[in-house]
Amino acid sequence: MSDIILNIALADDDEDDRMLFSEAIEELDIRTKLSLFNHGQELMDYLTLPNIVLPSLIFLDLNMPIKNGQQCLVEIRNNPKLKDLCIAIYSTSSSENDIEETFLNGANIYVNKPNNFSKLREVVEKVLQLNWQYHTSNLNKETFLFRI
Amino acid sequence: MTLFVKYDFDLVCKTLLKEQLDALDISYTLNSLGELIIKGVLSQEKQETLTTSLKKYGIEILSKQKVTLIDRIKNAVDDYLKNKEFRSIKLSTYLSDTLHYSYAHLSTIFSENTYTSIENYMILKKVDLAKDLICNTNLTLTEIAFRLDYSSVAHLSGQFKKTTGLTPSAFQRIMNKKKL
Repeated sequence: MSDIILNIALADDDEDDRMLFSEAIEELDIRTKLSLFNHGQELMDYLTLPNIVLPSLIFLDLNMPIKNGQQCLVEIRNNPKLKDLCIAIYSTSSSENDIEETFLNGANIYVNKPNNFSKLREVVEKVLQLNWQYHTSNLNKETFLFRI
Repeated sequence: MTLFVKYDFDLVCKTLLKEQLDALDISYTLNSLGELIIKGVLSQEKQETLTTSLKKYGIEILSKQKVTLIDRIKNAVDDYLKNKEFRSIKLSTYLSDTLHYSYAHLSTIFSENTYTSIENYMILKKVDLAKDLICNTNLTLTEIAFRLDYSSVAHLSGQFKKTTGLTPSAFQRIMNKKKL
């Protein structure tokens, strides 16, 4: 496998969800470094620090206290330094309105939180592979929209 | 005032390469698959100058032959999908003919280095082309299906939905709203 390490961030206020996510990502063959954030504001504070290595992919929960996922998404897309980051929404909501709104706000991937661990691992792997393809191949980032 | 520009990515790259190589007085031929054949041997110094001058434009000289081969496979798949006449033969045959390696070898190298298979890459690329045609042309799904060699609209819609999780019409609706 490739020797590049992928930097990934997850913002989710649910501690169990964060733990399960870290376990799932560690079991994959893809080499990753995961940073965890308890809510949207914590993530935004980190992303706007000077001189950090930006993650190549961010997983965003929608319902979080202090700053929710949609707000983060809008802020990221309006910040010239961050606007090209790949963003995957990671939510329990499967309402068509929520999904459409996140795409309109600039999300690249919409993931429904799976209800079992092996499915979670499968889904995370799929998102990482897609993100990898978009980083290494000549694919059109303007139309980078997927629902998993 | 806002101006919209359209550019030919291939031509931009070729022109840039030509300018940079001519400036260093290097004689070469450019293969369509991202391969530069330099006549003679480049001195260490010239090679370094070339690397730096190309880097400014985001053009990178690949050192690992394997990595280069992966990119050449991807470029060949892209060419195959863009030219209907190439598709009179199977993709596996086209790749081994163009790149002069057995398909089994290409397929192994590709899977070992990209987290996916050549077939999956081709599907992703094909859907990417379909997305492009949906957004930037007035072609109907029937015409897009024909252009990309799908046997029917149902086949195109099925693969689109399976790959992206969205139906072509949902995708089109979102993209139209995004443009507003």
